[in-house]
Amino acid sequence: MNDLLTTEDLPRQVIEKLLVDAESFVEVLSRPIPKVPALRGKTVATMFFEPSTRTRLSFEKAAKALSADTMSFSPATSSLSKGESLKDTALTVHAMGVDLMVVRHGSTGAPWRVAEWLDVPVVNGGDGAHQHPTQALADCLTITQRFGSLEGLRIAIVGDVRHSRVARSNMYAFHSLGASVTLVGPPTLLPVEIDGWPANTSTDLDAILDEVDVVYLLRVQTERGGGSVFPSLPEYADRYGMTGARFGRLKPEAVVLHPGPMNRGVEIAHDVADDERSLVLLQVSNGVAARMAVLFELLGGDQVA
Amino acid sequence: MSVDETSRAAAHTSVRFRCISGDSKETILRQVMDSDDLGRVTKRIAHEIAERNHGLDEVVLLGIPTRGKPFADRIAAALSDIHGAGFTAGSLDVGMYRDDIDIRPRARIGPTDIPELLDGKTVVLADDVLFTGRTIRAALDALADLGRPSAVQLAVVIDRGHRELPIRADYVGKNIPTSLTEHVSVRFLGIDDEDGVWIGQSEPA
Amino acid sequence: MTRLPELVIKGGSVLTEDGMARLDVRIVDGRVAELAADLDGSTIVDASDAWVGPGFVDLHTHLRDPGELWKEDIGTGTAAAAAGGYTAVVAMPNTVPTIDNAQTATYVSEQGRNVGSADVYPAGAITLGRQGERMAHIDEMWHAGVRLFTDDGTSVTNSSVLRLAMEYVKNLGGVVAQHAVDSSMSATGFMHEGAVSSRLGMPGIPAVAEEIVIARDLALVRLTGVNYHAQHVSTARGVELIAEAKSEGLPVTAEVTPHHLEFDHTDVASTDPDFKMMPPLRTADDRQALADGLRSGVIDVVATDHAPHAAREKEVPFEDAPNGVLGLEWAGPVAGKIIGLDPTRFFAVMAVAPARIAQIPDHGLPIGVGNVANITVFAPAETWTPTTTRSRSRNAPYFGMSLTGRTTATIRNGRVAHGGAI
Repeated sequence: MNDLLTTEDLPRQVIEKLLVDAESFVEVLSRPIPKVPALRGKTVATMFFEPSTRTRLSFEKAAKALSADTMSFSPATSSLSKGESLKDTALTVHAMGVDLMVVRHGSTGAPWRVAEWLDVPVVNGGDGAHQHPTQALADCLTITQRFGSLEGLRIAIVGDVRHSRVARSNMYAFHSLGASVTLVGPPTLLPVEIDGWPANTSTDLDAILDEVDVVYLLRVQTERGGGSVFPSLPEYADRYGMTGARFGRLKPEAVVLHPGPMNRGVEIAHDVADDERSLVLLQVSNGVAARMAVLFELLGGDQVA
Repeated sequence: MSVDETSRAAAHTSVRFRCISGDSKETILRQVMDSDDLGRVTKRIAHEIAERNHGLDEVVLLGIPTRGKPFADRIAAALSDIHGAGFTAGSLDVGMYRDDIDIRPRARIGPTDIPELLDGKTVVLADDVLFTGRTIRAALDALADLGRPSAVQLAVVIDRGHRELPIRADYVGKNIPTSLTEHVSVRFLGIDDEDGVWIGQSEPA
Repeated sequence: MTRLPELVIKGGSVLTEDGMARLDVRIVDGRVAELAADLDGSTIVDASDAWVGPGFVDLHTHLRDPGELWKEDIGTGTAAAAAGGYTAVVAMPNTVPTIDNAQTATYVSEQGRNVGSADVYPAGAITLGRQGERMAHIDEMWHAGVRLFTDDGTSVTNSSVLRLAMEYVKNLGGVVAQHAVDSSMSATGFMHEGAVSSRLGMPGIPAVAEEIVIARDLALVRLTGVNYHAQHVSTARGVELIAEAKSEGLPVTAEVTPHHLEFDHTDVASTDPDFKMMPPLRTADDRQALADGLRSGVIDVVATDHAPHAAREKEVPFEDAPNGVLGLEWAGPVAGKIIGLDPTRFFAVMAVAPARIAQIPDHGLPIGVGNVANITVFAPAETWTPTTTRSRSRNAPYFGMSLTGRTTATIRNGRVAHGGAI
């Protein structure tokens, strides 16, 4: 594995290997000294062209837990962004001596361009509405911890699927691990022409609630999607939100996931967010472990793929 | 032939070869220990551990994955027989502590399961083959992050020589001098098809 | 003034006024002097296994000159044109400053004469600065030789302004050409809206963005009677609308680009910006309809929309890249593949029809004694793989592709502008 850019063609065995590694790193993170020297002397750089504190910190924590050094570059907030192209920025950062680059960018495909220009491994930290593979791995880890495996599970991904890179990444990863996925949302938020996608679709959340094992709620994105794609937030919450009533209709073992940050009261009710069966905080800690597994694999692990 | 031993051996020889999993390069395999031999040395080592440490109260047994763990489990079973009480082995993964990640990009990581606090205890590490000593050095680093044992001892099935670090085993099943182009394969029924120890002559790449 | 060398084009199949014939062509003083078998001369252009026909004419080239010379200039752009078999190009007006007045138009045509390897005929903008609000100086441009008017790069959205400009141009006898993509939809999308854009999560431009502009424009053509030329048609529905307009007898013509004939939106899946154009690459069905339209004559010409951009401008994420790719050097083989071994139809779409539509004299004529020698030698069966370009830029999707059909010589005004002589 030279880069991790997408889950779309990531073989099942690679995902499973990363999850096994990630379990080891969960144990490392629970130690009194949550640190191992595996990547000592390596430098991991994050280049985040979209504002993001959570994902960037998660990658930095993962790198540091492996004893790597980190460099963080946010052109969105730095004067370097003026007139300096993505390519120039990537080459400049690389010239400072990095061993791996994490790239998040608002344009689909940007990490692929960076991977073309650099000879170090590139990890896609999120590109446009396209892919966010490390989030998918972290979520697969969370579900695996809860259910043992994804094989045969029924997972609903609910919300603004059209503009969600988390939805796409997760759909492919869940499917690869044997789950059956249903994409749920208002018609304006489901993608057009999805024949051939490894998922069913539905515009009626209530119809499938009592059959699913995992409800994966997507954040209502007001900064993407170019304006009003559905009438109002209260209407969204009413038809697609995980209200207390809907939560009550879920199977007793079913769980709720959310990539964060949550809009409490919109896609998820307050009480539901704090319930034991809402695994949001676990997703966050698993995010660090999953990213450790990815960094370890790319910078010195067993070459599975 | 496991990937572990082959690549462990390979990394430290001047003759480098790749072992793609499932595709072993050795052409001649000679068996040097069979199942009975393995059983005998395991029992002997168990006795030695109990004797040397004046009992098992302060002993924590940790196997180094992959094949150090089944060895540790068998020692633990033998110790349970001796003392009539259930004694279990934990595991200590060293994949994250290796110092040779750059030249040997095949570090596997396995589970770390420490059954009790290590502070003040005597940790007995168990591994299948002692070769350059780098695995044990990594294990010592890992132990340092996990607690403060009062002593660390080492039990191995085979000591094949060629140490690169000042490390020695306290309990050895068998000393077998080898050349660098040979590799030693310890197999355990359960993860392999049978018990025993084989030595193979590997082809250079 | 030195005499032009005498040229003989030997061994080719020549498109004459009476059809194809195996003849040699003698060129003296810039004109065709003789058509006969077994001619000899001091300078021979080998045309064996090749067609000899009118030099290609491109109705849609971006020369970036004046104003954006880091991408291309009239010298390099026409060098690429000549390498592709073009003896004349119509230069799009989205330069800096815009060609919306006589001075800028004159600069472009004169520069073409001074440094160009092909004749350059500037197109004029329809509106000032291509802003879509007020008519450009159409009359003075007409008197400076401009015959085709377009705001290419943008579509004219204001129907009232477009109607007035159409009436004005109709009165002069020119052509109004439209970059038929609805601006509100093209502003919010980066590729064709469909299965691939969905998978990539990339905002798309639906096919209907072309249809609504063409449909509206045709209504205005019906009203004003102006000669109308639909630029870079990219959809099956667009082809249908053109066909309907023609059977109604409206004065409508249409072009298709080589990239819309050769690629579709699945080629965008890699998000390589060398596959980013406007209008975007569309589906396989659209591509088939364009090919059928070119063969049947609903689409009159192949026009390259040659759009150079510097490497640093294209080496960016897909959504941030400017639209457009090069095309002059590879339009011939792409068109030839669609048309097949029909040299009459081939030269019709590459030379004869474009010259007629743009009202360009001395180009697009069959090879006949007395005609100005603007001639292309095209070997329809030669296979080759492009690796270089004469353009200053390199943004093309054709490098490394195997192509069949190649311009081996281009003669412009009696001089060899590319290839040729033994």
